[in-house]
Amino acid sequence: MNREEALFRFLLQLGDTTLIMGHRVSEWCGHGPVLEEDIALANIALDLIGQTRLWLGLAGEVEGRGRDADALAYLRDAFEFRNLLIAERPNGDFGHTIMRQFLYDAWSALTLQRLQASSDRRIADIARKAGKEVAYHLERSADLCVRLADGTEESHDRMQAALNLLWPYTGEMFTPGDPERELAETGAVPNPTELRDEWLTITERLRTEGGLAMPDGGFAHLGGKSGRHSEHLGYVLAEMQWLQRAYPGAEW
Amino acid sequence: MSRTETPVSEIWSLLAQVPDPEIPVISVVDLGIVRHVRWRGDECEITVTPTYSGCPATSVIEMEIQRVLREHGIDRVSLKRRIFPPWTTEWLSDKGRDSLERYGIAPPRAAGEPEKCPQCGAVDLELVSRFGSTPCKAQWRCRDCLEPFDYFKCI
Repeated sequence: MNREEALFRFLLQLGDTTLIMGHRVSEWCGHGPVLEEDIALANIALDLIGQTRLWLGLAGEVEGRGRDADALAYLRDAFEFRNLLIAERPNGDFGHTIMRQFLYDAWSALTLQRLQASSDRRIADIARKAGKEVAYHLERSADLCVRLADGTEESHDRMQAALNLLWPYTGEMFTPGDPERELAETGAVPNPTELRDEWLTITERLRTEGGLAMPDGGFAHLGGKSGRHSEHLGYVLAEMQWLQRAYPGAEW
Repeated sequence: MSRTETPVSEIWSLLAQVPDPEIPVISVVDLGIVRHVRWRGDECEITVTPTYSGCPATSVIEMEIQRVLREHGIDRVSLKRRIFPPWTTEWLSDKGRDSLERYGIAPPRAAGEPEKCPQCGAVDLELVSRFGSTPCKAQWRCRDCLEPFDYFKCI
């Protein structure tokens, strides 16, 4: 893999993850448990889709084959997507969605922090912009997780169940794929393994303030970064892409 | 036809008439998203820095800018989006901040929370939700007059 190809693949990892995560979160629109949460979720989804435009836009530029962010989002099939598996997990209940958001936000905030120092100026610029947004998302998802975990017996149990279910999907965040191995040496991107300790410190709040038991299993579901996805991604893409597939080039 | 003789300062005045589509009491200039205006040959180049990367108002704003300039005879307009340096609420003008407050939106503060209720001026306030009706706002409530209000998030 040459450098450009590695860069393209790495940008797909970021852009596909924000895209699929954004789509999942947007599924809550009109279904939130209370109006404020509904609005908050829609806003977060919007930020994630906005970040997707930046990452996939740059990916298309790097690839240099005339594909823009729309073409990459709407006209690729599941095996070409490079998102983290955690992003395509179904929403489950509200607690599960917020737990997924927190685990993801913590990783995303750390990743963007590192990318601000990327030797690639274009990546650093996007990371600065997105980093501001994600820092705000993280504040909210962290507080909500703690409140729900330290809430009623019912909410506590649901948050514990969500954490147990999602934990095996967090290892992938810290397992470098081919593009990261290639690029980390050039200083363009961080080695994700190095983010893990800080991530554990952030998520430790679930135990210290929320009273949850942190799972200790080291098993990690992998595959998203190399295009091997769970069955859920196909359904997401079917809903997201059908219009462009049925009416190619449609605009509104 | 393009009126390249229109001075840049006049173009800034025209842009000061373009309202933010979501918060029409402030202009795109007061919001601080217009970063640069210049002539490049017979083309007017305007650089815009979006507030939030997913803000749906950005493309509406770009259309409005083109419309207003066209109405004043400037047909050749190119819009550039620049994300660095990222937009910050520090770029809001003082006039913009006053207009927001009069409109009922508490202006952003570095402390991260509103100073007082834009309705009654009381300072006993509580956060209702970190997100409001647009990406740039949060929802707060005044414990004195009990009215909810929007707070322009500080970023």
